[in-house]
Amino acid sequence: MTKKNGLWSGEINVRDFIQNNYTPYDGDSSFLAAPTERTVKLWNQLSEQMKIERQRKGVYDIDEKTISTIDSHAPGYINRDLEQIVGLQTDEPLKRAIMPFGGIRQIYTELEAYGKTMDPMVEHVFKYRKTHNDGVFEVYTEEMKQARHAGIITGLPDSYCRGRIIGDYRRVALYGVDFLIEQKKEAKRRMLGDVMDSDLIRRREEIAEQIKALGELKSMAAKYGFDISRPAQDTKEAVQWLYFGYLAAVKEQNGAAMSIGRTSTFLDIYAEKDLAEGRYTEAEIQEIIDHFIMKLRIVRFLRIPAYDELFSGDPTWVTESIGGMSLDGRHMVTKMSYRFLHTLINLGPAPEPNLTVLWSERLPDNFKRYCAEISVKTSSIQYENDDIMQVKFGDDYGIACCVSAMKIGKQMQFFGARCNLAKALLFAINGGKDVKTGNEQIGPAIRVLANDEYLDYDEVCRNYEQITDWLAKLYINTLNIIHYMHDKYCYERIEMALHDEEIVRTMAGGIAGLSVLADSLSAIKYAKVKPVVNADGLAYDFITEGDFPKFGNNDDRVDQIAVDIVKNFQKKLASHYAYRKSRPTMSILTITSNVMYGKKTASTPDGRKAGEPFAPGANPMHGRDVNGAVASLSSVAKLPYDYAEDGISCTFSIVPDTLGRTNEDKISNLVGLLDGYFAKKAHHLNVNVLDRAMLLDAMEHPEKYPQLTIRVSGYAVNFIKLTKEQQMDVVNRTFHSKM
Amino acid sequence: MSLRGRIHSFESFGTLDGPGIRYVIFLQGCPLRCKFCHNPDTWDISSGKEMSVEEILPRITSCRSFLRTGGVTLSGGEPLLQRDFALALLSSCKKENFHTALDTAGSLPLTHSREVIDAADMLLLDIKSLDSNLCKDLTGQDNANTLATLDYCESVNKRIWIRHVLVPGYTLNQEHLTLLAEYLSKYKCIERVELLPYHKMGAHKWQQLNLADPLESIRPPAPFEVKQAREIFRLHAPGLSVY
Repeated sequence: MTKKNGLWSGEINVRDFIQNNYTPYDGDSSFLAAPTERTVKLWNQLSEQMKIERQRKGVYDIDEKTISTIDSHAPGYINRDLEQIVGLQTDEPLKRAIMPFGGIRQIYTELEAYGKTMDPMVEHVFKYRKTHNDGVFEVYTEEMKQARHAGIITGLPDSYCRGRIIGDYRRVALYGVDFLIEQKKEAKRRMLGDVMDSDLIRRREEIAEQIKALGELKSMAAKYGFDISRPAQDTKEAVQWLYFGYLAAVKEQNGAAMSIGRTSTFLDIYAEKDLAEGRYTEAEIQEIIDHFIMKLRIVRFLRIPAYDELFSGDPTWVTESIGGMSLDGRHMVTKMSYRFLHTLINLGPAPEPNLTVLWSERLPDNFKRYCAEISVKTSSIQYENDDIMQVKFGDDYGIACCVSAMKIGKQMQFFGARCNLAKALLFAINGGKDVKTGNEQIGPAIRVLANDEYLDYDEVCRNYEQITDWLAKLYINTLNIIHYMHDKYCYERIEMALHDEEIVRTMAGGIAGLSVLADSLSAIKYAKVKPVVNADGLAYDFITEGDFPKFGNNDDRVDQIAVDIVKNFQKKLASHYAYRKSRPTMSILTITSNVMYGKKTASTPDGRKAGEPFAPGANPMHGRDVNGAVASLSSVAKLPYDYAEDGISCTFSIVPDTLGRTNEDKISNLVGLLDGYFAKKAHHLNVNVLDRAMLLDAMEHPEKYPQLTIRVSGYAVNFIKLTKEQQMDVVNRTFHSKM
Repeated sequence: MSLRGRIHSFESFGTLDGPGIRYVIFLQGCPLRCKFCHNPDTWDISSGKEMSVEEILPRITSCRSFLRTGGVTLSGGEPLLQRDFALALLSSCKKENFHTALDTAGSLPLTHSREVIDAADMLLLDIKSLDSNLCKDLTGQDNANTLATLDYCESVNKRIWIRHVLVPGYTLNQEHLTLLAEYLSKYKCIERVELLPYHKMGAHKWQQLNLADPLESIRPPAPFEVKQAREIFRLHAPGLSVY
């Protein structure tokens, strides 16, 4: 087809294609089409099947016999007569595949949990084939194992796959696979050096694997009857080609987050052309998108039940980034941005794909209002600040997982889960010992402060420095092992085939317990905190006398403590060598693991009792932000993105009646809230507009709410798929309501 | 400028007290004793936290980016009770270019409150009842000051949102509502009327204060009753926006 040429015509450069060809859309949502009959039928069929899935403890079925690779399974369909976009991970929708390269032990656990047994052939293969998980645990030091066991470093991708890599799936559509293979072969020919050292050897081996993976991608598509060796010719092909690229990735990798990138404005170029040339109607284009989104909604991975504690609700993080601004000052909202969001109406709310609006003050007002309207109706959107990300990442970045921005096809991250900084404070008070795990010496043996009558702020800070010095180093070294082994035994062949050869790598660390730590330090500084000690002379509880400023009230006295914690820990991470010369970054994000972190952490000086959950992500502790949402969000907005470049997650939940008197008021107020928050250089906001009473009812009668979606730290889940504990945490926490 | 006032609380994301997002400052103290009050803890003028205008203003200005389409609302209690403080706070907000609203029941004489009203961009005027006896029964005071306030706003063309609480057995009554609608329809300064269903969310506060809740046996109006009340207004005050 004829498109405006540019750099993209002679090299792989999707951004250039988009910038030369996309059409910004300023209008409203009135052009959108309702679901077609086929869409309704197909979705109903899937909904029935998902009901069965829930009845079967959340797992519809498992193909335990086939080791999943890009081309391992025979074609599968939901309903061949209806579906406009095809391709499944296995031969049946919702049936989960086994992907043992991350770890064979987990497969045993998973199969056992769902009443299946290990297939003898698979078992046989992995007698000879080592996995990522094997490699990591062979190399871990005792200290690393202890820190992991004590839960000061947690959630590590050492027993699951790291994910958070976004292949540039658009390349498949724009160039066809043959051109991509040619380019990779050419790159390999050029990839020479004076010394064949381990780095160069590894890169040559990786590119060889990438070329093989592209071949498998072509073969997989051919089984569905498509020749994707050539570029896509129209909207339907573009969506299909792109989806095949993504499908290959989710057949090969059971990554913690398998995000899809930034596809809507790219696809709009095809749609605009087809509309202009009369190839498809609006209804037909919406149908293609609805069917595509349906596919993204049924991506499934087999995971161990313990994974649910960390990341509850069976998430896959098929994050799609929508909107944002072009570097030349045009906004990047297209009709396709609307169509993607409109799937939440046509198909009803859903947690996946994780629809992420890249918000800028300069986005068109119509679009802002449409987003707010969909948020009020579905609570399924998250918002991230394009105005602060574009400066760092340009105008063709996407969000991996929840809040991690990366240039698409040019950057990847080594996901590092997080450190529990609230626990680090307790280590600082207890001389590196952990009262939660039998008073073991886990960290460095520094002076115990627990026997002082009152905790002295300066002394606590000095000890905290020593503990976090130790922690940051141990943490990065632990991650170095994990990612070395992941590259070696569980390399993301197809995802990396859809990247440039020279890429930026970040080592994405993270912290949990920020508001607990900030409030605790504030209590020590502004009130009097008396440790309560156990028989070993270690503090297991605290008596706090007097009041103290709490994070979430726009009070600089404590907000500055929170800012300093963030800067301080990021600087420590950055001072260590990270695997493959990656640049250490940091996120303030917990996902649902704030509940588990709380369980593993004794009482803290802020008044939080042992076992009680932390606030999620960068949220203030529940009930302590007493001056309303704007003051609360203003505190969060102070956390410096420059020092938490992997993302700062905040969740805002409000009762509909509290958002405004009329529906128009609600929309305007939500737009005003987002504009105001992001103008303060805040990074991320989940928006929930939900009734508490409805959530309580959903806990009692889950069958009535199959699609009830709620945003938690950085992602969205089907509320009814959360564990009871996490449901209660959501109900009790973060709701802004007033009388 | 070291004037200090008594503050009950702050709501930085006020979405129901005037147009747009509003920073709401609840001032302590009220001369009325409304039976349906959901914040009886604001009554006592001697309680609350003492703060100066200089202490409060930075809280508001630091939230400026959120308040661009909204502004600042002084509520209570009855904010006019702390007249000098309310005036100083409003003037300071005005100097900072915030849109200002005064959420009042107009229960004080104009001689006392006129200056503060002049200083605000708009009023959220709570009319408890048009029937003076009923008003006295409901609030402890007749409605003369409130109606005079309304007349004054009309004369100076001050933008007004009227609020009226629908209490079953008291104000939720076809005859009352018709009269009120007809009465209000004559005022050009009224931009919006908000009919607010009585609710029970303040009941625990009466308990906490060891006060007998006079409306303990009264139920909140049913949704259809609220709808009917709005219909009455649409019929008898067709020029007004009613919510």
